[in-house]
Amino acid sequence: MLEYYDPHGNEGEAAGGTPTRDLGTPPPLPAYHPGFSDLAQVSLSIDGQAVTVPAGTSVMRAAALAGIQLPRLCATDALEAFGSCRLCLVEIAGRKGYPASCTTPVEPGMQVATQTDHLARLRRNVMELYISDHPLDCLTCSANGNCELQDMAGAVGLREQRYGCQGRNHLAAEKDTSNPYFTFDPAKCIVCSRCVRACEEVQGTFALTLAGRGFDSVVAAGAGDAFMDSDCVSCGACVQHCPTATLMENSVIARGQPQHSVVTTCAYCGVGCAFEAQLQGDRVVNMLPYKTGGANRGHSCVKGRFAFGYTTHPDRITTPMIRESIDQPWRAVGWEEAVGFAAARLRAIQQHHGVGSIGAITSSRCTNEETYLVQKMVRVAFGNNNVDTCARVCHSPTGYGLKQTLGTSAGTQNFDSVEQADVILVIGANPTDAHPVFGSRLKRRLRQGARLIVVDPRRIDLVRSPHVDADFHLPLRPGSNVAFINAMAHVIVSEGLEAAEFIRERCDLESFNDWLAFIRDPANAPESVAEATGIEPETLRAAARLYATGGNAAIYYGLGVTEHSQGSSMVMGIANLAMLTGNLGREGVGVNPLRGQNNVQGSCDMGSFPHELPGYQAITDDAVRERFGRAWGVTLDPEPGHRIPNMFDAALAGTFRGLYCQGEDLAQSDPNTQHVEAALRSLDCLIVQDIFLNETARFAHVFLPGATFLEKDGTFTNAERRISPVRRVMTPLSGKADWEATLALCEALGHPMHYRHPAEVLDEVAALTPTFRGVSWARLQREGSLQWPCNEAAPEGTPVMHRDGFVRGKGLFVITEYVPTTEKVTRRFPLLLTTGRILSQYNVGAQTRRTANSDWHPEDLLEIHPHDARERGIAEGDRVALQSRVGETTLRAQISERVQPGVVYTTFHHPVTGANVITTENSDWATNCPEYKVTAVQVRLSAGPSAWQQAREHFARHQSGLVEALSDGG
Amino acid sequence: MSAGATRVYVPADTSAVALGADRTARRLEALCDERGLAVTVVRTGSRGAFWLEPLLEVERDGQRIGYGPVQPEDLPGLLDAGLLSASEQAPGHLGPVEDLPFFRCQQRLTCARLGVVDPASVDSYREHGGLRALERALEMTPQALVDEVKTSGLRGRGGAAFPAGIKWQTVLDAPAADKTIVCNADEGDSGTYSDRMLMEGDPMALLEGMLIAGLATGARQGYIYLREEYPRARASLERAMTALWAAGCLGSNILGSGQCFDVALRIGAGAYICGEETALLESLEGRRGTVRPKPPVPAIAGLFGQPTLVHNVISLASVPAIISAGGEHYRGYGVERSRGTLPFQLAGNIERAGLVELPFGLTLRELLYEIGGGSRSGRPLRAVQVGGPLGAYLPESQWDTPLDYEAFAAIGAMLGHGGVVAFDDSVDMWEQARFAMAFCAAESCGKCTPCRIGSTRGVEIIDRLAAGADAEGDRHLLEDLCETMRDGSLCALGGMTPAPVLSALRHFPGDFQRPRGRPGQSESRHDTAPGPQIIPSTEAG
Repeated sequence: MLEYYDPHGNEGEAAGGTPTRDLGTPPPLPAYHPGFSDLAQVSLSIDGQAVTVPAGTSVMRAAALAGIQLPRLCATDALEAFGSCRLCLVEIAGRKGYPASCTTPVEPGMQVATQTDHLARLRRNVMELYISDHPLDCLTCSANGNCELQDMAGAVGLREQRYGCQGRNHLAAEKDTSNPYFTFDPAKCIVCSRCVRACEEVQGTFALTLAGRGFDSVVAAGAGDAFMDSDCVSCGACVQHCPTATLMENSVIARGQPQHSVVTTCAYCGVGCAFEAQLQGDRVVNMLPYKTGGANRGHSCVKGRFAFGYTTHPDRITTPMIRESIDQPWRAVGWEEAVGFAAARLRAIQQHHGVGSIGAITSSRCTNEETYLVQKMVRVAFGNNNVDTCARVCHSPTGYGLKQTLGTSAGTQNFDSVEQADVILVIGANPTDAHPVFGSRLKRRLRQGARLIVVDPRRIDLVRSPHVDADFHLPLRPGSNVAFINAMAHVIVSEGLEAAEFIRERCDLESFNDWLAFIRDPANAPESVAEATGIEPETLRAAARLYATGGNAAIYYGLGVTEHSQGSSMVMGIANLAMLTGNLGREGVGVNPLRGQNNVQGSCDMGSFPHELPGYQAITDDAVRERFGRAWGVTLDPEPGHRIPNMFDAALAGTFRGLYCQGEDLAQSDPNTQHVEAALRSLDCLIVQDIFLNETARFAHVFLPGATFLEKDGTFTNAERRISPVRRVMTPLSGKADWEATLALCEALGHPMHYRHPAEVLDEVAALTPTFRGVSWARLQREGSLQWPCNEAAPEGTPVMHRDGFVRGKGLFVITEYVPTTEKVTRRFPLLLTTGRILSQYNVGAQTRRTANSDWHPEDLLEIHPHDARERGIAEGDRVALQSRVGETTLRAQISERVQPGVVYTTFHHPVTGANVITTENSDWATNCPEYKVTAVQVRLSAGPSAWQQAREHFARHQSGLVEALSDGG
Repeated sequence: MSAGATRVYVPADTSAVALGADRTARRLEALCDERGLAVTVVRTGSRGAFWLEPLLEVERDGQRIGYGPVQPEDLPGLLDAGLLSASEQAPGHLGPVEDLPFFRCQQRLTCARLGVVDPASVDSYREHGGLRALERALEMTPQALVDEVKTSGLRGRGGAAFPAGIKWQTVLDAPAADKTIVCNADEGDSGTYSDRMLMEGDPMALLEGMLIAGLATGARQGYIYLREEYPRARASLERAMTALWAAGCLGSNILGSGQCFDVALRIGAGAYICGEETALLESLEGRRGTVRPKPPVPAIAGLFGQPTLVHNVISLASVPAIISAGGEHYRGYGVERSRGTLPFQLAGNIERAGLVELPFGLTLRELLYEIGGGSRSGRPLRAVQVGGPLGAYLPESQWDTPLDYEAFAAIGAMLGHGGVVAFDDSVDMWEQARFAMAFCAAESCGKCTPCRIGSTRGVEIIDRLAAGADAEGDRHLLEDLCETMRDGSLCALGGMTPAPVLSALRHFPGDFQRPRGRPGQSESRHDTAPGPQIIPSTEAG
């Protein structure tokens, strides 16, 4: 049997947490719902035992809470009760028949008997019927050891099957092996519908159905297609909930049942799902979403659930390597030599070019503790503040904008909050692809009746998909965000729909009045901005009215908001809108950035910015600097350091010459690739720490092998400020976790730091950062996760922020004048390119491209509207050249009406595409976040790869030759 | 229509048409044209005396004189013999139709207008007492309406016999903005047809009943879920809805009262299980027709989760009679807790097959012999199935049971929807038991295990019984299976299929012991037994 790590255990259950064991049916309201405590209590007796449970609880759940297990096959507390298997029948005094305990709610004074001779016979006879249509190959079955059907046959004492094997059956049904991660074997199906219900209720894709009726009922994907050809998104929920071997992970089929498990946090997107890494020894067999995970509540997506094969991929580099210059072959060396080489180079650079000539980039993929150590090393050992993080290129405007208006550089809600939203406004985010587990939770709320407004140039799946139909889709022109958000506010103000009392009590009135005068200007009216936004004024007005008057209104936004020249203005415009309508400070509302990477929130929290120490404490603040300096035993430089773009510019100018880059692929992910590559080439010492030899490593002098999330302890902080533990399940392939590598480099630089475990780092963070004061490794072991701020003022953490007042005191309205981007369409570049992500691939694809996820998305495609395609003679699948004023690449075209005429769209998951060869140096006025989302381009048919692609291919081949030489040479 | 034209009524009911009524009506018109006879042919529903169909009724001095059965080839002779003057000399003359003993012994409350009114005409409906109840209801409070239904003692006529008044009160009391009236017109029980006849012959009675139910419970929308096998009922309902709309009885301002109610028609897709109310609601919502567990009952959370009054056609069509004459009047019919009348449907091997609306209380034997006239074949009756395919097979020893819900329940049988199928002594009860299981297997929605797998295994075991290798063991297994299905199934389909199977096994054990494939104790007359003919073609044996 599996061992379950259970941070809540019975304690959690008593405290209203979600129990890890399956209680058969869901609670009447989730324990995290504020209405939960208002439920009336009902007392009844089950098998003579008195039980008191909230009204609306099923008899089955009440029994389970009292420790009485009822046999069941179709029931699980992740899904609504269904009542089909008929194993859980009970007798209730005064009632006719044998009601199913899963579908029968408790009533006061009810007397339930779960064990009578008649019930025993019924259950045995029902089980006999199941077994009369089931292959009895238990010993060789992949579910052997983890089969609920087998368990129930045992529990009811089935001893014979009297119907024989001549009758009708499904034993000859063929397997569907089309999905790379799991197999569907209908011969073993007991038609409990758990898979179908999970696909509907949990995932919300409705890819599965039951076809046929009666004995001919069978589970079918789509209209009887292969799983791979259906709408299935391979989230794994059906596999997770299948009680037999009908839907089974291929890894389990291949290797057998796992023997033990460790709870950890997913290293993909910013949702931060909790998983049980299920193991045989130190080999991961399966990643199963963890039921009590606060972010995912037991759900998963195709990335976290299945795409973990990269962790043991042969491309992993597991030894440190060095070289004098980038045209030389790599030399494999020991850790000591590698860090010694690096330290000597860095020191030499500083000697010649000054203290400020080197810097580092922290990773949003690494743990909080690792990020903290890198920035500490910069400030302590480098002696400057030249540290930045990849959040620079994604959510830096969020940090800036929300800090200005509300006082905290983070989203205001937890994910549970969406379950109480009445109106959901999604701007520049594509949750079903980029934050799939949150997307599923959002869709679940939509099915309960919440209204939806989608603001996106592209018709994303949320606009219209099974059981989702947005009330409004506002397909704005890329680059017109601020005009749009101002018009929303203008409508609300001009129609008197603002929350006057909220503003009076909670906001800074002077700023409000200034802002009011600004927003009332007819220039902000929907009619005035229609030309810029391309949005029908009446539609915008209707959407604004819905947002202002539809009840709890929540905004969820993504990089479509931040990655613009006015990214920070847009974030503040969003905050203005939420304050204007009073949609802050309680469940169901708020301003919610959907963060891109697993620990982008954490890397920002940990002081990765050149102007801020951990907890967003300004480096320019003497008291703060004094406090950190004392703790670290150094005097800190008060001068903020370089941001990433400044580093590149300084590198090209010759004043910045050494960079330690941990876990980020600058050469693929940053805009204007040719500019980035030129900057990287000009460095005297580039230290890359990564799990693969990524695009950036081709320009490196030192390569330090990275460790995956499975190889280390630490914490990640997700988009809802949830700090979750990451636990080591296997030894680092290189011998060192990333934090240990940083420590080694630091020591080589002459600044040894003595941490034995990341827990000690976390303690130091807590000691120095007011918002983290209450966080500790020990508490995380006990409580699973914590949401910051977590301190004396909020000992249990803070799921929802700004409850009684804004962190900055009064909410600040900031004037957000619309300034069109300088990136405009011209005769030469008549189309706008915008970029995004796809479900199966993650970011630059370093991980997912090394898994079967590529079966879904083997290459980046250019979405182009049929009208624009026709004008250019482009047909589906044609290779086309995509050219901007800074570069050119080629990729294949996909004709699609998801994009509006004049707009083209692609993803940036494959290095060969070089989407960022196209994107420009434009950036956000406040934070330098690149303007990835707007680039004027031209598209034309192309015969072959672009010059950049050919050069990259050549360079890549050359570089991999340098590594192969290494492995050949031993 | 010319002023002096003679009115002749010809049913357009499905059964009558199957017996040639359309051809008869057309031929009559053509002949009268040829001969220059002024005649107006009015198409009505059927009164339900099927052995007389096609039944022509000639209006004369306010009376309707019947002739039947009349085939087209009979018409020239009939006209020659003075049909249009209602001559007694014309062949097939039956006298005033209402005086026929078959009708005289009935008390028609719900089906009073069947075969009488023009189903498409609001005037005709009004002329025969229609809309009086609606007018009265518009003057009453919702609670007064619900109280009237409670007083009447009306119970659900679809088969479950749940007290209608309690259901109405529950929906009235449910706090919700959107409530719905759903009419279950998915009449799928073999041997039943009263819903169809009513919808074809007096659809406005159903619509008026739904209107009143809406006024009483606060629902403003009604749905009729009609099985697709009833195209004529569909056409008739559509015509009646259009006419009531035009007359201001349906819509946003019912008869100028300011109250609103609308009805929409939804057509099923051929699943028997969608006659089960929760599966019907699933289907109405656009889902796969599978049974929902109860609670919650539909009156609390029904269509799209809102309070919903689900009633069978006859239940709703009985409402106008209750409201116009008062609940007390209705309650005056019937016995014990079974009040009012039930339209029984005589079918199978019976001399006078047809619709018989009776107060509860008569015995089954009286119904079979005094009204039905015994077997059609002339052979002794042997078994009777009451209440559709899930009803028990009753041997002669049980025929003195009064037609009363409780009395039937006491012998493990049910009145159900009032279908009565009679079999003479040529019936093979093994075959009937097998049919019951096969029917369940064909119509099971597949949700719960006892029904999904059990019904298929049931057919197999009954076949094995016939083979006789281990009769004792197989009989025991069949009994065990029936118990599992009865006690373990999610709905009545699986739960009640054991009734016909076990009753056949218990009361007619000999039929299960003789070897198959050769004539038994009596000459097989399967052509007259309805069983094999109504085995669905999709049988999953």
